[in-house]
Amino acid sequence: MKQVSGLPPKQGLYDPGQEHDACGIGLVVNIRGERSHDIVSQAISVLINLSHRGGAGSEDNSGDGAGILLQIPDRMLRTICPSIGIHLPEPGRYGVGMVFLPRDDDFRKAVEHQIEAMVRDEGQIVLGWRTPPINESTLGMAARDSRPAIRQLFIGQGRCSPSSDGLAFERSLYLIRKRCERLVEGKSEESPDYFYFASLSSRTIVYKGMLTARQVPAFYLDLTSLDMESALALVHARYSTNTFPSWERAHPYRTLAHNGEINTIRGNVNWMRARQPQIETRLFGPDISRVFPVIRPGGSDSAMFDNCLEFLSLGGRSIAHAALMMVPEPWEKHESMADDLKAFYAYHSTLMEPWDGPAAMIFTDGIRVGALLDRNGLRPARYLVTRDDLLVLSSEAGVLDIPPEQVVRRDRLRPGRMLLIDTAAGQLIADATFKAQLARERPYRQWLNDQLVLLPSQGAAPADTGSLDDQALDRQLKRFGYTNEDVQVVINAMARDAIEPIGSMGTDTPLAVLSDRPQLLYNFFKQLFAQVTNPPIDALREHIVTSSALYLGAEGNLVDPHPDNCRRLRLDTPLIDANTLDLIRGIRQPGLCPVELSILCPIPENQGSLTSDDLEAQLSRLFAEAEQAVLRGAGILILSDRSAGPDWAAMPALLACAGLHHHLIRRGLRTRVSLVLDSGEPREVHHFALLVGYGVSAIHPYLALETVRAQVRRQFLPGLDEASAVNNYLKAGTKGLVKVLSKMGISTMQSYQGAQIFEAVGIGSDLIDRYFCDTPSRIGGIGLDAIARTVNTFRQAADDPNQTDPGLDSGGQYRWRSQGEEHLFNPLSVHMLQQAVRSGDYKQYQAYAHLMNDTSRRHMTLRGLFDLIPARESVPLDDVEPVEAIVRRFKTGAMSYGSLSQEAHETLAIAMNRLGGKSNTGEGGEDPQRFEPLTSGDSRCSAIKQVASGRFGVTSNYLVHAQELQIKMAQGAKPGEGGQLPGRKVYPWIAKTRHATPGVGLISPPPHHDIYSIEDLAELIHDLKNANDEARISVKLVSEAGVGTIAAGVAKGRADVILISGYDGGTGASPLSSIRHAGLPWELGLAETHQTLLLNDLRSRITVETDGKLLTGRDVAVAALLGAEEFGFATGPLIALGCIMMRVCNLDTCPVGVATQNPDLRCRFTGKPEHVENFMRFIAMDLREIMAELGFRTINEMVGRVDRLDSQAAARAHPDLKLDLSRLVHEPDIGRQIGRYGQFRQDHGLSQSMDQQILLPICQSALRRGLPVQATLPIHNVNRVTGTSLGSAITRRYGPDGLPEDTIQLTFVGSAGQSFAAFIPRGLTMVIEGEANDYIGKGLSGGKVVVRPDHRAIFRSEENVIVGNVAFYGATAGEAYIAGAAGERFCVRNSGLDAVVEAVGDHGCEYMTGGRVVVLGHTGRNFAAGMSGGIAYVLDADNAFARRCNQETVSCEKLTDPVEARQVYDMVARHCRWTQSTYAASILAHWEDWLPYFMRVMPRDYQRVLEAAKAMRQEGLDPEQALMAAFTINARDLARVSGN
Amino acid sequence: MGDPNGFLTTQRLVAADRAPLERIRDWQEIHAALPGVDQERQGSRCMNCGIPFCQAGVLIKGAASGCPLHNLMPEWNDLIWRGQWHEAWLRLMKTNNFPEFTGRVCPAPCEGACTVGLNDPPVTIKANECAIIDRAWSEGWMQPQPPKRRSGKSVAIVGSGPAGLACADQLNKAGHQVVVYERADRPGGLLTYGIPNMKLDKTWVSRRVALMADAGIAFVTGCEVGRDLPMPQVRAAHDAVVLCGGATRPRDLSVPGRSLSGIHFAVDYLTASTRWLLDQQAKGRPSIDVRGLDVVVIGGGDTGTDCVATAIRQGCRSVRQLEIMPEAPAERRGDNPWPQWPAIKRTDYGQEEAIFISGADPRHYLTTALAFLDDGHGQVGGIETARVNWTPNSQGRMTPIPVPGSEQTLPAQRVLLAMGFLGPESTALDELQLARDAQSRVQTGDGSYQTSQAGIFAAGDMRRGQSLVVWAIQEGRAAARACDLYLSGTSLLPG
Repeated sequence: MKQVSGLPPKQGLYDPGQEHDACGIGLVVNIRGERSHDIVSQAISVLINLSHRGGAGSEDNSGDGAGILLQIPDRMLRTICPSIGIHLPEPGRYGVGMVFLPRDDDFRKAVEHQIEAMVRDEGQIVLGWRTPPINESTLGMAARDSRPAIRQLFIGQGRCSPSSDGLAFERSLYLIRKRCERLVEGKSEESPDYFYFASLSSRTIVYKGMLTARQVPAFYLDLTSLDMESALALVHARYSTNTFPSWERAHPYRTLAHNGEINTIRGNVNWMRARQPQIETRLFGPDISRVFPVIRPGGSDSAMFDNCLEFLSLGGRSIAHAALMMVPEPWEKHESMADDLKAFYAYHSTLMEPWDGPAAMIFTDGIRVGALLDRNGLRPARYLVTRDDLLVLSSEAGVLDIPPEQVVRRDRLRPGRMLLIDTAAGQLIADATFKAQLARERPYRQWLNDQLVLLPSQGAAPADTGSLDDQALDRQLKRFGYTNEDVQVVINAMARDAIEPIGSMGTDTPLAVLSDRPQLLYNFFKQLFAQVTNPPIDALREHIVTSSALYLGAEGNLVDPHPDNCRRLRLDTPLIDANTLDLIRGIRQPGLCPVELSILCPIPENQGSLTSDDLEAQLSRLFAEAEQAVLRGAGILILSDRSAGPDWAAMPALLACAGLHHHLIRRGLRTRVSLVLDSGEPREVHHFALLVGYGVSAIHPYLALETVRAQVRRQFLPGLDEASAVNNYLKAGTKGLVKVLSKMGISTMQSYQGAQIFEAVGIGSDLIDRYFCDTPSRIGGIGLDAIARTVNTFRQAADDPNQTDPGLDSGGQYRWRSQGEEHLFNPLSVHMLQQAVRSGDYKQYQAYAHLMNDTSRRHMTLRGLFDLIPARESVPLDDVEPVEAIVRRFKTGAMSYGSLSQEAHETLAIAMNRLGGKSNTGEGGEDPQRFEPLTSGDSRCSAIKQVASGRFGVTSNYLVHAQELQIKMAQGAKPGEGGQLPGRKVYPWIAKTRHATPGVGLISPPPHHDIYSIEDLAELIHDLKNANDEARISVKLVSEAGVGTIAAGVAKGRADVILISGYDGGTGASPLSSIRHAGLPWELGLAETHQTLLLNDLRSRITVETDGKLLTGRDVAVAALLGAEEFGFATGPLIALGCIMMRVCNLDTCPVGVATQNPDLRCRFTGKPEHVENFMRFIAMDLREIMAELGFRTINEMVGRVDRLDSQAAARAHPDLKLDLSRLVHEPDIGRQIGRYGQFRQDHGLSQSMDQQILLPICQSALRRGLPVQATLPIHNVNRVTGTSLGSAITRRYGPDGLPEDTIQLTFVGSAGQSFAAFIPRGLTMVIEGEANDYIGKGLSGGKVVVRPDHRAIFRSEENVIVGNVAFYGATAGEAYIAGAAGERFCVRNSGLDAVVEAVGDHGCEYMTGGRVVVLGHTGRNFAAGMSGGIAYVLDADNAFARRCNQETVSCEKLTDPVEARQVYDMVARHCRWTQSTYAASILAHWEDWLPYFMRVMPRDYQRVLEAAKAMRQEGLDPEQALMAAFTINARDLARVSGN
Repeated sequence: MGDPNGFLTTQRLVAADRAPLERIRDWQEIHAALPGVDQERQGSRCMNCGIPFCQAGVLIKGAASGCPLHNLMPEWNDLIWRGQWHEAWLRLMKTNNFPEFTGRVCPAPCEGACTVGLNDPPVTIKANECAIIDRAWSEGWMQPQPPKRRSGKSVAIVGSGPAGLACADQLNKAGHQVVVYERADRPGGLLTYGIPNMKLDKTWVSRRVALMADAGIAFVTGCEVGRDLPMPQVRAAHDAVVLCGGATRPRDLSVPGRSLSGIHFAVDYLTASTRWLLDQQAKGRPSIDVRGLDVVVIGGGDTGTDCVATAIRQGCRSVRQLEIMPEAPAERRGDNPWPQWPAIKRTDYGQEEAIFISGADPRHYLTTALAFLDDGHGQVGGIETARVNWTPNSQGRMTPIPVPGSEQTLPAQRVLLAMGFLGPESTALDELQLARDAQSRVQTGDGSYQTSQAGIFAAGDMRRGQSLVVWAIQEGRAAARACDLYLSGTSLLPG
């Protein structure tokens, strides 16, 4: 359906399936259900005030889409219709379809005719068609050109079977639509260019299109008619990751408007398709299959969600009930949820997996309207209720001007909570009320008790499985391709520590398809991960929202709430031991009957080895047997390779499972059975993830477990018995799995199962299409024959009677081995590079480059597979732009001060500054002393300052000293993950730079808590541009399928630079499986990005950079030809400085002083700036020679010249691999006028800001002379990032200390937009009288922020939400007084701010490392998660706080110390003075009564270090020495800092 | 790596050799071993490098950097630190057929490339290796392992030096019937007769040979292929032949007086000494004896050192060693950085003993022999030497030029020529008309061990030229794989 969507067809690496969107949403409703035109016009105002959350393409007047959903405007239609010959029956007995049709009249008429026929066929009456009046004069070219014919179809109610719920007519209309879609879309040859029902209902109507917010009422003239009335209105402004015209993808959909993303969409859609055959109901007439597919393919995730919600709500459940099924709140670990509600969720979880992802949804069936937030609360949704029962809900507060005295309540939607309005009953139904009612509708607990099968929890002694002796075990290990590393590095670590092993320095081994060594099938898959359009989550610190449980057995009937549905077996984790497997084997209930199937292939005696034909035949045999078993009633299939031996080869378990999964889906049998795998093959987290991702419910990794036991017997796991070692291993596996899914932003295993969140690299399409359907695999690759060869190789070694080469191979994946896997960095290449840069001898560099390129070409990298095509006429070397110009495009990688030693970090900076290139701070701040030049003239100031999720050291002063600000969305070595710096590495000097405490661990969260979607990123870009308007804003992404579309979204968000990082980049510390298996080579991501940006005409607006093991001039040349114009290097320069790839960065034992803070080791650093300069110059010289040969004089000429890359070279060099790189060198068919490299500057629109227009002019006297300034100004939600430019002007002039406190005092009246007062320094005091949105006080750097309700407000301040989510994220200093409640994640990552607030939402003070926070009222759940410093004081009036506080790292005690109590009193007093809070005043007035209720939340590590430092000071040490001494004492206690 | 800080907290410790005064009185090994627990602690110094240069075995500037056998040091260093000696032994045996030899005689390029050596003394890799294998023998872990399945193919191996033995061991593991031909009376080649007993006790060699014989390898001694047994006959009797005859042609010194008696090649001298020792029942004196004589050894390498030590034990009056190269620096020079083989001055056991006895280093650097002087009876009585200057010749090659006026005469009743080897002896090779290279080494295809004749392979010094025991073992293993591939079509032998 390419035409409908308006997206270009799949081409090159661009895949329209990767498109994302996000947005702002709004809802205006009269609770009493009174219809009026005011509701419509107010909703349109809301839409316009959310404009900045929508996107616009390369053309400002072509929006990404906007629209409105209303009740059927009966009054208006009844007025108009008679004049066009349509006679409407009474309201409710006619339906209206809003239809997008072909522009061609004949074609349109033909389609209309078909629709009419269908209406009649369903027994309904065609009343007529209307063309709603439109005015397209304001539309942009793209929107106008792509506009469909828009028609309204009126259908009168005809024959309808009576139904108790009054939905019979709606169902009939639904059937008409579904059948039309199938009819029209089924005919692929003559399918119309447009055929889409924006809505077809007797209750609601949708006006939408490829419009900007303002264009909506201008385009659809109906909307301005005063007769256009509704009691409710949903609006939506879309921001998509592309600039392609799409009328259909605008929201709202038929029941829904959505802000966010469904991360699990592929799995949800697969499962929905799979369970269709099991759905039985008469509600849709005799033949249910007429509504299938429930989910129309090719839609966006929101569209698909809408499809499912609509189906469920017409299928017998209320729309709110259906929504809760799809987006359940996290119930399993809820500390205080009522049991019957838990039972409700548990029952429904046996029917359907959650649709998981960041989501704020508003939905309606035309009568009831609801809003729902995802379990993580990752999207904002604020609402207010007025005295006259108007409810306004929106992504932001302040989108509608309502007099303050009218507002009776200001609140926000909370994670997993629902807001429901029944306009018929005139009621606002509270979340708890509604859910309690729902939970009591049926005896869910009883049903579960009767039906659900639970197994005794694991931990019992493992069954004695008849242990293998050492030699037999070795043979089995060889049979499944285990290496010594698998055992010693991976399995041992998991069994010993119950966590995955950690590594460093990235990976430099070949892609599996290019390796000379036999590769497990798992290695051909890379994990995908969330970046930008959805956030990864923190499964550790926010484990309350996660679940690793899965169900086994046949699924029930989705639409029939029957007790039998929950006759399933619940497992707490998909990883099981032998006991559990035995228990499963023994189950005999219907729907749960287990059947065992072998996944072994007999080896023909005469043949001795397995062929691809054998393998294929055995897979078919397996599929057929499975099918038979299911038809005979099996509910569980246990696939086993137990008896693998000389005569029986095990087929790769992943192949068997994924293939069977898809086979059963194709046969409509999938949801009748669960797959359990009993295999020797899987051994590490990536394997488990793939198996679950392709449909397996439970894995018994028997050989890995046997190995664990053997390792205990061999005394490799001292202190552990076999049972606890096995449990540790399984626990590590489960934790690792949860981490893999959290990288994708998925919270529950159930949603991850079958979601196939992987990209294959090097697997041919035959294999993909049969066994791994719909998995992206973009360079072709191996088939079954290669898989059979690998099986044979392993078998030979295992079955060799002589055991010619006893013992397991070393492996050499993680650490180089002569006999092991190849590495780009090996003894020779490291030595040659170091000698070259130390001697400054270009010839030696050439020898190194020759070696490196040769290794790369033979079998290492994608870039190595291309041949460069020389020009017919080369250019003289002298005509090529000089080395000095080229090195300016070079950068060093983002490596933090903390991961690197001071010596290494500064040497890199000096070298790059000398060259005019750029070094990067990494995520660790920078010592302000480095901003001053050295007397030698050198500068240690890093040109690029990174802004990562931890925001360490991100102050106003830091930001203004950057030439480029880099937002790190992901990191190659561990995309989708955060980081942790254990306390023993937080040396005093590191702590100082990071605004932390020595010896106290630091956590970087997985997501940026101010970026949960693309429009959030646009906001942060805008914020940073305000904080330093001279710096380029760069966004760092990691290569994966779909990164091109994300890059396009980033370009639309006005980034100046996009960095596409390869998966192989270095790291200080990362789980080994992440290093190897997450993300893709930069070649793929870069090519996709370049192609997608060209298709969108965005390429010329942005600079594209790439990095990831760029090691020679040739590498850089390939990067330029694939579309990059700037280049990053990290491992290379480190080697130049003396790094010898020890891969111990995580241990702080770097013996060459590069990646350590240990002063004894730092002394050993021998690197010099000249070494790095030589490296960079050599690369540039090398590149120039290639440029001359290719005939390019400048890099700009060279960018994206894929015609100079011979993609066939791979096929010639490795014909057996069947690789096809042609998609990397695809050239989109675009006009010559489209720019192909960064040549225009982005318009950041700073000049229109309040700062530029008002604040800076009125504060001149303060800025120039430090004189006090005071002013009062109005403010609206569209005034974003107010005060930041002013703040940066102060910092530029006055440095880190700013101005004297309160020099500038600005009072704003109204609703402040996002990022109010971000990064403001000392001397600037900003007061809001009214309310504020998300991200207030982000990065506060010493300024003061006060928010108090409007003086006319009538609500109680402490009960009303006055600031949004993620307030004071990453604040380093300052004060804040908030007279009201704050949203989720108040003071997240605060490291120095003192704040007083009257209530906070969930996850308060998360990851906090410093400062003090006083909460005078209620806190949400998971308070203080990951908090490692600072102190929080919470007034706990109901004695329930301790349960809501995450006490993993903190202790929670009464506030008893009188000195401290006095400090808290003073803070509250200041709060009172600034806010005039009557609530605070009443507490102060009765201080002694309240004091006993104050809880003091103190991180334990923090307390210990502070006490140690205090003791040291008492012993006479000065404060600095005392800290160092305290740090040393602390570091000795290794057990404590083991991290996780 | 159980102890990431081991390299910082533990100092390098090797057992001191037996005291010179004690050891020169016998022919027993000079080595001593550390107590096991101390050796285990030495294992903790290994850093388990991301790139273990120690096991690289690459040639940089013509010298091995790291172990040519690619021993898995990081793995077994860690294992001994954990006290997992048996596991350590298994990992050691994966790459090295004869650790008891290399653990004693190898110059340990591994230690030269050890990363700890960047800043501190390197890990005691060699001593760790020796400790592992010695323990294996003493624990009885070393048992004959005859292959479970025989291939029905047979292979002749010519020469029983380290290359031949390694090749035989590997091919036997793969199931082939192996016959090793040795022209000397005992197997072992240079292991037996080239290296004196105090460096490598011959018990270890015979113990090893016996173990191999028990595993099914046949040894035919006293049979020189090409002389006692024609090569074509050997070829015809076996499915393949691997030539491991070594590079046994010694380099000579053609200066006036060379024909005088009392001038011997080092290898002959050492052989005579060891044969005398092993044939103790013969009593009497070795066939080349230096008791009470002034000895001059020409050549400063390991063989020269062995001559010095042997001469001392035989009771020479004095011993001097002429070295044409300059004295090496005490520490690495700038152009010889880690991980290259460190070209530094080493005072080996022979020199140590000479110094102990005479108080002076026996080595005369930058010294060449101009002529051997007749004592009047056709017997050498002294040497005329001169200091040299290394200067470029017309082709730019550095050449030693005697410095006029620096001539000196040294007393010498015995002169031992320890100046290296030129290449393989020709007889058997000529018989087969095998292709040879400019240095007369047997030519094999690029990266293969196949000679110009199908089914005939070459390995060790015969192919590579004079080199270390560790290279010989590596060659033997690699040739075995090539031969196995030739015989079986596939091979599970490591390459």
